Amino acid sequence: MSILAWTYIIVILSFALYIGIAIYSRVRTTAGFYIAGRGVPAIVNGMATGADWMSAASFISMAGLISFMGYTGAVYLLGWTGGYVLLALLLAPYLRKFGKFTVPDFIGDRYYSDTARMVAVFCAIFVSFTYVAGQMRGVGVVFSRFLEIDVNSGVIIGMVLVLVYATLGGMKGITYTQAAQYVVLIIAYLIPAIAISWKITGNPIPQLGFGSRIAAGENAGVYLLEAIDAIHRDLGFPEYTAAFVEGKKSMLDVFAITMALMVGTAGLPHVIVRFYTVPSVRAARISAFWALLFIGLLYTTAPAVATFARVNMIQTLHGEAYDSAPEWFSNWEKTGLIRFEDKNQDGIITYSGDKDTNELIVDRDIMVLANPEIAKLPAWVVALVAAGGLAAALSTAAGLLLVISSAISHDLFKRVLKPDMGEKQELLLARLAAAVAVMVAGYFGIHPPGFVAQVVAFAFGLAASSFFPVIILGVFSKRTTKEGAIAGMLSGILFTAAYIIYFKFINRAAGPECWFLGISPEGIGTVGMLINFFVTCVVSRFTKAPPAEVQQIVENIRLPHAARD
Amino acid sequence: MNGEAERGKVYWRKNLKLVLILLSVWFLSGYVLSIFLVEPLNEFSVGGFPLGFWFAQQGSIWVFILLTLVYARVMAKFDRELEDGDEVSS
Repeated sequence: MSILAWTYIIVILSFALYIGIAIYSRVRTTAGFYIAGRGVPAIVNGMATGADWMSAASFISMAGLISFMGYTGAVYLLGWTGGYVLLALLLAPYLRKFGKFTVPDFIGDRYYSDTARMVAVFCAIFVSFTYVAGQMRGVGVVFSRFLEIDVNSGVIIGMVLVLVYATLGGMKGITYTQAAQYVVLIIAYLIPAIAISWKITGNPIPQLGFGSRIAAGENAGVYLLEAIDAIHRDLGFPEYTAAFVEGKKSMLDVFAITMALMVGTAGLPHVIVRFYTVPSVRAARISAFWALLFIGLLYTTAPAVATFARVNMIQTLHGEAYDSAPEWFSNWEKTGLIRFEDKNQDGIITYSGDKDTNELIVDRDIMVLANPEIAKLPAWVVALVAAGGLAAALSTAAGLLLVISSAISHDLFKRVLKPDMGEKQELLLARLAAAVAVMVAGYFGIHPPGFVAQVVAFAFGLAASSFFPVIILGVFSKRTTKEGAIAGMLSGILFTAAYIIYFKFINRAAGPECWFLGISPEGIGTVGMLINFFVTCVVSRFTKAPPAEVQQIVENIRLPHAARD
Repeated sequence: MNGEAERGKVYWRKNLKLVLILLSVWFLSGYVLSIFLVEPLNEFSVGGFPLGFWFAQQGSIWVFILLTLVYARVMAKFDRELEDGDEVSS
């Protein structure tokens, strides 16, 4: 059977599964809609968190990025997993104990201020929309490459699907669908990785395989990483495993980006809100462990995939005649994501670190999707990867849409504009808000702003420099006041936003030599976060201490007493 | 009543100490070994991995997973101690 037939079968089956789960777990209450009635078992929440977190970027783009960055790719691996340690130790148990519905809920109540709540609502909506646009685009790309439907129809199919299960089942529907999507995406990621690892090194465990010796071919017996370093030297690239050499990022920049991604991860509302759904504080802690374990399974495989893909790509293309290039090359050439420019007119593909002689231009995003084809794996494996990419994108989109809808129906209307609204009305409003959010996300998917990639740096920087410090201080320092929190959030956001906007949009020509301490816009959230911490603490010291009942809330969330909440 | 408040304080201090220890390990693995010392560590190899590279792309992730497990287990123990104490006094 062809790749196309297999892809249709696997994708349709997986979609039927998601819809079935959504119908089975539809909800009738706002608690069910926002936080799944707090009845989600820790391990299921762990899986759902994993799928929620691992987006099209993790599934499709990350290994490709690492493949081209080598050591420096660790910023994503460390940043997007290390943030969970912060989340598990500093946020999840306390927010669960606090026991409301959303992140702005916590900020508004802890800082006894609707201004703080509104700032939080704004940040939550902005961060979530930037993210969701990228997801819908990912859905469109997978559809167009693997199902040969045009990108726009792909986006619309994705929209309808998310609309059905997000508005019907709310958080409960999303949670159980996400758990199923985790299973689909992890199988889709691991099977090709295991097969390729086995093929290249004879070791079926990818995590060990990329540190093993090459099994066959001209480099047989050489360690894979040594071979790739040698290939890089020959072609004029910086060595794959080398850290801060010429052509790679500086130590300070790697540090700043890693920190910004970690703290940003811990501050992302769609991840935080997942810990509201479990039955107790204890379940919140253990579910953070499950989440990180499930995420870690993919994140420890990704650098192996990156290495295999790098070696495979170079070995199958470099020095080959264009006319006898492998079939996958011409398949992807049609998408425009890989290009050959015969600069010296010899008909042979030359891949080089030197811009003037390099003849091969490869889009990083194709590495994971093309990898099974490059390694000549069977058609059903290629189809599985397509289903996995869709699962990753759809699950993240659904989680983000729920944050947007609850920020509007709960934080904005129920808590501020229309407090006397009944449960039925609020639930209807939440569904409507979710539906509108899907449409807007779909619009951005079809007409993507040309700066999706830049905007991701924005989302993390904003989450890091706005939410993280004030939530931490809200739990760990009773003396933190509303004036401190508002001033801190605003100064953190404004600094970070100004820096990113300046270097990404206004003055794009300004290179690393103009950056503050050599920190790139991706890493500036770290500085924004420090500013936020500093401002919040100083302003808090000089303003009136929080009222007694707020201090009592803080006392209360520090103790577990699972039985009493 | 006083006993309960006192036990709450003790619990919170134990919690802070645990978090501090675990975050030190987090920093050591994720930043010191994976970033600050990566170049000297790369002089050594484990199997086919330069050591610093391994920490940055594999080891630290496993350490992170372990840290969240240890935290959940130890805190569950602290919870039980706190609850047992509360039952005795009330």
